[in-house]
Amino acid sequence: MKFLRDFLDKQKPHFVKGGRFEKLHSTFDAFETFLFVPNRVTHTGAHIRDAIDMKRTMIIVVVALLPALIFGIWNVGYQHYISHGMAYDFWPMFGYGLLKVVPIIIVSYVVGLAIEFAFAQSRHHEVNEGFLVSGMLIPLVMPPDVPLWMVAISTAFAVIIGKEVFGGTGMNILNPALTARAFLFFAYPSEMSGDLIWISEKADAYSGATPLGHLLVGEVSKLPSEWAMFLGNIPGSIGETSTLAILIGAVVLIATGIGSARIMLSVVAGGLAMGLLFNLWGINDYMNIPAHYHLIMGGFAFGTVFMATDPVSAAQTTRGKYIYGFLIGMIAVLIRVFNPAYPEGMMLSILLMNVFAPLIDHYVVQSNIKKRLKRARALVKA
Amino acid sequence: MNTVKREKEPLFSPKNRKLLLSPINLNNPITVQVLGICSALAVTAKMKPAFVMSVSVIVVTALANLIISLLRNGIPPRIRIIVQLVVIATLVIVVDQVLKAYVYDVSKQLSVFVGLIITNCIIMGRLEAFAMSSKPWPSLLDGIGNGIGYGIILVVVGFVRELFGSGSVWGYPVVPAGFFEMGYRNNGFMILPPMALIIIGIIIWIQRSRNKELYQEN
Repeated sequence: MKFLRDFLDKQKPHFVKGGRFEKLHSTFDAFETFLFVPNRVTHTGAHIRDAIDMKRTMIIVVVALLPALIFGIWNVGYQHYISHGMAYDFWPMFGYGLLKVVPIIIVSYVVGLAIEFAFAQSRHHEVNEGFLVSGMLIPLVMPPDVPLWMVAISTAFAVIIGKEVFGGTGMNILNPALTARAFLFFAYPSEMSGDLIWISEKADAYSGATPLGHLLVGEVSKLPSEWAMFLGNIPGSIGETSTLAILIGAVVLIATGIGSARIMLSVVAGGLAMGLLFNLWGINDYMNIPAHYHLIMGGFAFGTVFMATDPVSAAQTTRGKYIYGFLIGMIAVLIRVFNPAYPEGMMLSILLMNVFAPLIDHYVVQSNIKKRLKRARALVKA
Repeated sequence: MNTVKREKEPLFSPKNRKLLLSPINLNNPITVQVLGICSALAVTAKMKPAFVMSVSVIVVTALANLIISLLRNGIPPRIRIIVQLVVIATLVIVVDQVLKAYVYDVSKQLSVFVGLIITNCIIMGRLEAFAMSSKPWPSLLDGIGNGIGYGIILVVVGFVRELFGSGSVWGYPVVPAGFFEMGYRNNGFMILPPMALIIIGIIIWIQRSRNKELYQEN
């Protein structure tokens, strides 16, 4: 550690104002603060500084994503070999998955970070670290065979249009990773939906439909078992299939206090409520499936734990979080069951509620102000 | 009434040239005044309809501005809006008939949007803000200028959307077949109206960052 610190201190004069590489200041700053917690303090006003800063926060989210990532890598290989009727040990499958998934991760990080650095440099900002998480989320919501150039342009679109035009990390209205996925979904529907894309280089004779795909065409009997959907050895986007791996991530996020347990719980409650409502209504097979199936199918769990809880685009107030989460769950199930054009409603419902989050916060704050004013008036009268 | 100035002004005096040219960049009706967005989103999926729409709007704004300017001293102020609408509606119907007669296929693609030129805010805006209080010649130039300012944006947006959304320009395929074999795909999002809005947003972004006069204090 010591030699690293010494090395950075020796290089620093080149990057401050007047130095040789003055223009690359924010790049240097990014690496320095990435390696060491910055020692700068605020000079004016009263501030409370937490020991944990944004870079450390983001790293914890990446750690929480690791179980889903590792399971996803294995599952890509497993689904491929299963579709060809072969069964191997753990490592060949994991190796096949690595070859598929690692390039997607690299493309997502390289493109996203290049744009982030370029913007930070031209605006003389610090490089924002929000992309550390987005860059990992984007590959996990892609189908395994997605062409790399599509990953590249969707990442570029998400970072520029979804984030930088609003002013960078912390200012975005929509979740950048979901923006990337939504862009691909609408731009290249044949590569992002259907029965053919969820298993990497699938054998032709093998059905590659996801649980949601089966339900869309009314094949309730073909659904995998509950246990399979919970463990996640089923076709789907790279990181979304295993509810178990995602739950491990959820525990990490809640234990460290980074992900909001309120949002996660209320999304689950919303999804269950809508599922039960449909059970009562029950005019077709899709409505009659057990409500808890909705929680373990498709991207519901992944969206609940990693997307809906994004601190920037979610609601900020306590009561707002419950409303925001509950509506995400309800709308996701509603879209799944009612709209045949969009088999997976989670992405659209989170994006929709991202847009409404500031409105929810506004009314929560207003109602609080009203309540307290009323109390104050009652006190004055008495 | 107004007999102060009698000396003859040259047809393309600096002032008149500004009337014609400023709407093309610094006072563009779409990117600066943000008017007429609706049709800009609706008809720009392909370049040809966008171009025909632009020409129609140029004709209507120019002639409506000229006619209202000629009539301006005879229009009772209280019913001026309805008089303006009658003039615009007449011109739009004429344009619609001409399109149906000579470019029937494009006219079918544009469908209701030709008729909706009547409600285009740019035209009403120019009549109210300029033609009602200006002489015929400057009004005509102002109408042409604003029409062109609108048209340029439409054609640019149409070009981008058609190139990336359908792989063609003006209906002719330009993306080589080899690209598709290598895995290139047309971007379906380009065909949808949200992308038109994003492209207009990007044009506004580029324009503002190049022109210091357009910076807004907040």
